[in-house]
Amino acid sequence: MNIILVPFQKIGKFVLYTVEELGLIAIYIWESFISIPQYFINFENLIDQIIFIGMDSFYVVGLTGLFTGMVLSLQAYYAAKIVGVTYMIGPTVALSMVRELGPVLTALMITARCGSSMASEIGTMKVTEQIDALEVMAVDPYYFLSVPRILAAMAMLPVMTVLCSLIGIIGGYLVYVYFLGLNHVTYIEKIYQYIELKDIYNGLLKSVFFGAILAIISTFKGFQTTGGAKGVGKYTTQAVVLSSVYILFADYLLTSILF
Amino acid sequence: MIVLQGLSKSFSGVKVLDDLNIEFGEKQITVVMGRSGGGKSVMLKHIIGLMKPDSGKVLIGGIDINALKKKELNEIRKKFGMVFQDGALLDSLTVFENVAFPLRQHMKHSEKEIEDKVYSILADVGLNGQYNKMPSEISGGMRKRVGVARALILNPEIMLFDEPTTGLDPVMSDVINNLIISMHNKFKFTGIIISHDISGAFKTGDIIAMLYEGKIIESGTPEKFQNSSNPVVKQFISGTMEGPILI
Repeated sequence: MNIILVPFQKIGKFVLYTVEELGLIAIYIWESFISIPQYFINFENLIDQIIFIGMDSFYVVGLTGLFTGMVLSLQAYYAAKIVGVTYMIGPTVALSMVRELGPVLTALMITARCGSSMASEIGTMKVTEQIDALEVMAVDPYYFLSVPRILAAMAMLPVMTVLCSLIGIIGGYLVYVYFLGLNHVTYIEKIYQYIELKDIYNGLLKSVFFGAILAIISTFKGFQTTGGAKGVGKYTTQAVVLSSVYILFADYLLTSILF
Repeated sequence: MIVLQGLSKSFSGVKVLDDLNIEFGEKQITVVMGRSGGGKSVMLKHIIGLMKPDSGKVLIGGIDINALKKKELNEIRKKFGMVFQDGALLDSLTVFENVAFPLRQHMKHSEKEIEDKVYSILADVGLNGQYNKMPSEISGGMRKRVGVARALILNPEIMLFDEPTTGLDPVMSDVINNLIISMHNKFKFTGIIISHDISGAFKTGDIIAMLYEGKIIESGTPEKFQNSSNPVVKQFISGTMEGPILI
């Protein structure tokens, strides 16, 4: 009998855990955003986070974009060569970067770099009673810690996405012209011909959502942290994994709605 | 006046506070003693609204803080200062910035006024010249003193001390106890100290209470407490294994 029941128990536990988790995240989002009109936005913290998520992530996001664009160009060449449409490599690289890879890869790289940092920093503050100290000093920890991070991520993800996509297109161009020896005018002309403003806007809109997701999940997991150093590690891992999964899930939903 | 009425709290079915009743007198220092893990910190977190009770009330000046909205609770919290066991200093800020933090959050002082206040309170707690150090660069005793300075900077009406001498050597413990007494004389706050440091409690406390099995089982002046006939209190003061306290 147990053999039959155990899988159902596990499914039930998983469903309850997921519903509880989503409920807690919804409450957390509400409490974070409700704190915004109650206080002035902490601009000092906001600017720190904008620098951390934006400027400090430039190299990692730029390198990701560069190599992705280069690989795309190369892979597209092998396929396009067969059917004789190598002139379509430029639009292939550009559309892939602008609509899909730019927003998603930027979000995933910033999750790895900044999301982990947000979760571990807030988690460490939680286990060392620094969050309690903020509350005792009548400082709303959501307003002080979460809101600047969430707003900075929502503001900077589109900027970093633009950079990632642009560098990716340049990477594709470098391979197209210098490695494959194809005509650089064709690459640029065809991009202009096939790419629409809507592609860029929708890609940027996606990145705003991704920024919100990664910052909300990462800070939420930081606040959930218990259990000392081991707990900080555990919840940081959860933050990165969950943020990445939610970003990919949201990517599918948004792509099906927007494009 | 702080009053805890019928306060109960359980964690995973284990009752930590069990119909706890106590009143803390104004401008007095009350030391609540009890065993490690006996619910003292839980009681303190209820007083400041960091935890909500399963039942019972926490009345601060007649107001039940658990019935308040977040913003109203934060207004009440501005009356409090709290010194945490390990200081709970914000580790990304220097000593100066930690002490200045409540001022920057709640007051509209000029930078000069903030500097003057911070230097003055750091001098009061004996920490001249340590302004630019990070919390990780100073000793445990110094961290506690910075914690005291940060808690006092807004001149609170009520000060809570969570095991202020735990983890310190006897000399540093005495330094902290003397600091609490001198700061109390200067600022005239209502103090609540939770501790299991017997000598420190007798030195600093106007009233000493004993928390055992979730209830206050004894409360009174140090003399009354020392001469208590309660076998639990007697065993706790003598620090022996033999007695009614379950190990």
